[in-house]
Amino acid sequence: MIAGWLGALLPGVPLMVGLVGLVLPPGDGGPRRTAALFGIAGAALALLDTIVLLAVSTSRGAPLTANAHWLSLGGIEVTVGFSAGAAALYVALAVCVVALCVQVYSVTYLHDDPRYAPYAAQVSLFTGAMLLVVTSGDLIGLLIGWEVMGACSYLLIGHDRRLPEAPAAAMKAFLVTRVGDVGFLLGIALLIADAGTSRLADVLAHDYSSGTLTAALLLLLAGVAGKSAQFPLHTWLPDAMAGPTPVSALIHAATMVAAGVYVVVRTYPLFQQSPAALATLAVMASITILLGALSATAQDDLKRVLAWSTVSQIGYMTGALAVGSPAAALFHLLTHAAFKALLFLAAGAVIHAVGTNYLSRMGGLREHMPVTFWSFVIGLGALAGLPPLAGFWSKENVLTAAAHATDGGEPVPVWAAWLVWLSALLAVGVTAWYATRLLLRAFFGPSREHGPDGPRWEIGFDDARYRTTAVPHDPPGLMRWPILILTVPAALLGLAAFAPGFRHALEMDDPHLGVAILLPMLLLATGAGTAWWLWWAAPGVDPVEALGRARPLFASGFHLDTVQGMVIVRPAKALARLVTVADEQVVDAAVESTGTATRELGGMFAEAHRVALSGAAVLVFLGALVLGVVAWLGVGT
Amino acid sequence: MYRDYVVDSTWSAGSMVLLAMLLVPALGAAVVALLPAGRDRQGRIVATVFAAITFGLTLLVPLVRPSTTDFGWFAYGDGPPVPPLLPWVNLDLPWVPALGLRFHLGVDGVSYPLVVLTGLLTLLCCAYTVRKVPHGGSGRTLAVLLLILEVGVLGTFLSLDLLLFFVFFEVVLLPMYAVIAGWGGPERRAAARKFVLYTLAGSVLLLLGVVLVVTKAGTGNLIVLTGASGLTRTTQCVVFALLAVAFAIKAPLWPLHTWLPDAHTEAPTVGSVILAGVLLKMGTYGLIRVGVGVAPEGAAWAAPALGVLAVIAILAGSLICLRQRELKRLIAYSSVGHMGFVLLGIATLTVTGLQAALLGNVAHGLITGLLFFLAGTIKDRAGTGSLDQLSGLRETAPRLAGLFGFAAIASLGLPGLAGFWGEAFAVVGAVQRGGPLWLTLAAVAALGGALTAAYFLRLLRRLTQGPTTPSVHSLRTTIAGVEWFAWTPLVLLTLLVGVLPALVLVDTALPLATLLGVQP
Repeated sequence: MIAGWLGALLPGVPLMVGLVGLVLPPGDGGPRRTAALFGIAGAALALLDTIVLLAVSTSRGAPLTANAHWLSLGGIEVTVGFSAGAAALYVALAVCVVALCVQVYSVTYLHDDPRYAPYAAQVSLFTGAMLLVVTSGDLIGLLIGWEVMGACSYLLIGHDRRLPEAPAAAMKAFLVTRVGDVGFLLGIALLIADAGTSRLADVLAHDYSSGTLTAALLLLLAGVAGKSAQFPLHTWLPDAMAGPTPVSALIHAATMVAAGVYVVVRTYPLFQQSPAALATLAVMASITILLGALSATAQDDLKRVLAWSTVSQIGYMTGALAVGSPAAALFHLLTHAAFKALLFLAAGAVIHAVGTNYLSRMGGLREHMPVTFWSFVIGLGALAGLPPLAGFWSKENVLTAAAHATDGGEPVPVWAAWLVWLSALLAVGVTAWYATRLLLRAFFGPSREHGPDGPRWEIGFDDARYRTTAVPHDPPGLMRWPILILTVPAALLGLAAFAPGFRHALEMDDPHLGVAILLPMLLLATGAGTAWWLWWAAPGVDPVEALGRARPLFASGFHLDTVQGMVIVRPAKALARLVTVADEQVVDAAVESTGTATRELGGMFAEAHRVALSGAAVLVFLGALVLGVVAWLGVGT
Repeated sequence: MYRDYVVDSTWSAGSMVLLAMLLVPALGAAVVALLPAGRDRQGRIVATVFAAITFGLTLLVPLVRPSTTDFGWFAYGDGPPVPPLLPWVNLDLPWVPALGLRFHLGVDGVSYPLVVLTGLLTLLCCAYTVRKVPHGGSGRTLAVLLLILEVGVLGTFLSLDLLLFFVFFEVVLLPMYAVIAGWGGPERRAAARKFVLYTLAGSVLLLLGVVLVVTKAGTGNLIVLTGASGLTRTTQCVVFALLAVAFAIKAPLWPLHTWLPDAHTEAPTVGSVILAGVLLKMGTYGLIRVGVGVAPEGAAWAAPALGVLAVIAILAGSLICLRQRELKRLIAYSSVGHMGFVLLGIATLTVTGLQAALLGNVAHGLITGLLFFLAGTIKDRAGTGSLDQLSGLRETAPRLAGLFGFAAIASLGLPGLAGFWGEAFAVVGAVQRGGPLWLTLAAVAALGGALTAAYFLRLLRRLTQGPTTPSVHSLRTTIAGVEWFAWTPLVLLTLLVGVLPALVLVDTALPLATLLGVQP
């Protein structure tokens, strides 16, 4: 009972706070403080609730569930449900911590934004929606959180009014994920129409025919690809960088992109029964891992490097799921949440200080921003998988799981496991390369703030109208503290694998470091070393020059935006034009011409009645004749 | 199966409420019409009071509902006992005995949400008229017409006699024509003419269908007729074909929809709200209550065709919206798509699908009503409805833009808001039906959902984001009290129905099972 109430409060509090926040009056001063208070209180209360729930769940040693009837539609029962094991609560914990950091950070980051109040409210809604996805015990509830999150991301990415690309990026984010959601909705429809209920526990226990199950899971994967930015629906994520940086931290770390992975974890008992779905997931993951990593190598925009790295890292998670290890996926999800949130918030500090996103305009920031620099070192180290930082342990888990699956014995086909293992391994080197390049270009060497190369000087990013200071400096307290707090899990969360409670919650195996770690370490050293050598050998030259003709290909993300435009957007527009023309010139024209024809026919009859007298007389006689004949025939019979 | 019906001859509180629901707005219309012409504003206020009383009466129904709805039914014959249609409250009086015409009203779970919706929207429109009279005629006359419209619409939803249903269905036509032709935009006459002629053509078919049923079955009592006791399969097919076309024009279903965009573009704001909010629902309600109820075999025969047309409507409506450059026209075409979802739900002939259709009906009434209120306001204030000249609304009028954004996001079917349930469960209903045809229809309909998002996002991007245009820059940004009064209930109900969809579905499973002739 108590679990039910606490469970309802978990998504309920941020959602309510968000809704109330939306109607708060705008303006500076008092209203602004109220909005900030609402936002921070919502996240903090949710965090508190999660901690209490974790304590309850640990003491009971069983997942917490609560369920109530919501409505019945025909034979289909929809429930309001809360269901969270310890693993789910750890994810919720990550969501709440990141959300709280983002809320606190945003107070300063958006200090002169007149639309701060709706922004803070939307972040709360976003958090609540993600918590709903994490803790819902019902597929319809999950779908609600899933889509509300999409709508909030739309609002937040389009928040910046002065950025001309923001509205387009927001629309793209919502639409691309929505296209994936067509599959998601159909998959859920198949599952619940067959099971007769949308309660997750019943759906997972239901016995589906293999055809239905595979179809439903493949459809679900479309939604997962959209939300978690997996190939081929990843195109929205790099563009989503138009949103304010704290929002990027929220989207990339614990919410939105994590939701897709989490839903697969949640429905994993079903996925285990379908090798075809797992193989599809494996192919998707392998492509995404390499695509993201390679595209990240050639970006000049700091945030885009991080965005593409997210695409690649989420690929590791889906890859782990494909090779049969949801535990490794969840572990990587948690460590990634920590180091990616850290990286984005630190990136915000850099952008705040130098007033640009472009690496070609940075350089030499190490002396002026030591705190930010060391945060970046920890974040990038964790991203690349440098021991003993968090990313090392979780990535190692993924690689071990993939290597294990290549021996067979898992539901996934062996070739798919090889695919995941090879691409994950290769990407370790590439990740180290671009992480090193980012660090060197931004923090080392001379400052290129007024240098000749790079794009023309522009205040491209001005969602808080920065006045760049003469000398870049570390951010003020409200921005610095969230960054510092996040460095702790980014550095140490990997060691949680040694804590039995945590390991048990994720159902993870004991960590054992064998010879197998030598290969990824070698690749890591090679990648980082190459980047450093390129940078050191030719001072002032971007290591990316070494890519040569591949550079524009990588920079554009393999031209997949263009492909998407040609294959989806243009045909859809052409079809729309065709249907509109058909509607006007066929359907409506038929109606209009019926009217016109009737009037013309009436005109003709009217005309016929206006003939000259002689003609009229003949007509009258003819009429009389006809009537007479008819009458005679009638009498005759 | 033949059912004997014992007339409930006593005047219960429920039957009084039913009668009052029709008499009060009629009386109001008469009173306001008789006020001297100089008392225009007072007339509008009086009309609002009458509309408020009517709305109050609609809310009274569940309170006066007898606890046991045992009207003395019993069934002869064998076969599984499909439960009879039991209205919550009931009023049955002889009207024209020579023709067998009875004044038979009743309300049950299927019609009740629409009755409340009608009461609410009429009240909001009358209140809105108190302050804002569109150009063209006196505001008092507009309020009178709104009240007459309410009588017709409520009568349609309450009738349990086929001929009475037809009469009320037709009562609506002329006042709506007058509203468009009297208070509309520059092309109002042509639009109003198209509306009235198109709908009249449908009425001819409806009359044919009704007369056919009444002559073949010997009664117009919908309670007896539901389940099609006495009609042969052929008759049912003919009847359903006639009725389906008539209701499809009203709903409207592709390709019989082309009167709608013209009518909406030209109609005044309150006209659009009533038209989209309740008038279209008469088509879908009629299809459920009369079409499916009276001719279930005919419905089963025509269901695949209806489903295919509904899905074409969803796709065509959304694709056309992608190309629209006029605000109100775009929302009108979006109605075609939304009503496509409702019709898909009906076409599945499953309880799930029909309940989805009922939810979709109510949600569309709330959301599109709100959208038309807002679009009308924006169009009036900016002096243009062309999307090329409207941009950057969120810079000058953030509240208005926020409300519009809410309505648009609700309309694109965001889960958690009212629009989601009808559309998602129409798809679930189609999936439940199974088989290649229905699965394809479900898939295409779901794709239509993505297209809906596409055109609403395009609309938001054009209208609210980007640089401000001169016409937007000069528009008045404050929202008057009466506007808040008209909009707030719709916003709140959109949220409420989204969170508690069961509110709309109270007691619908049984009547719908009866309509479909299945075991509940």
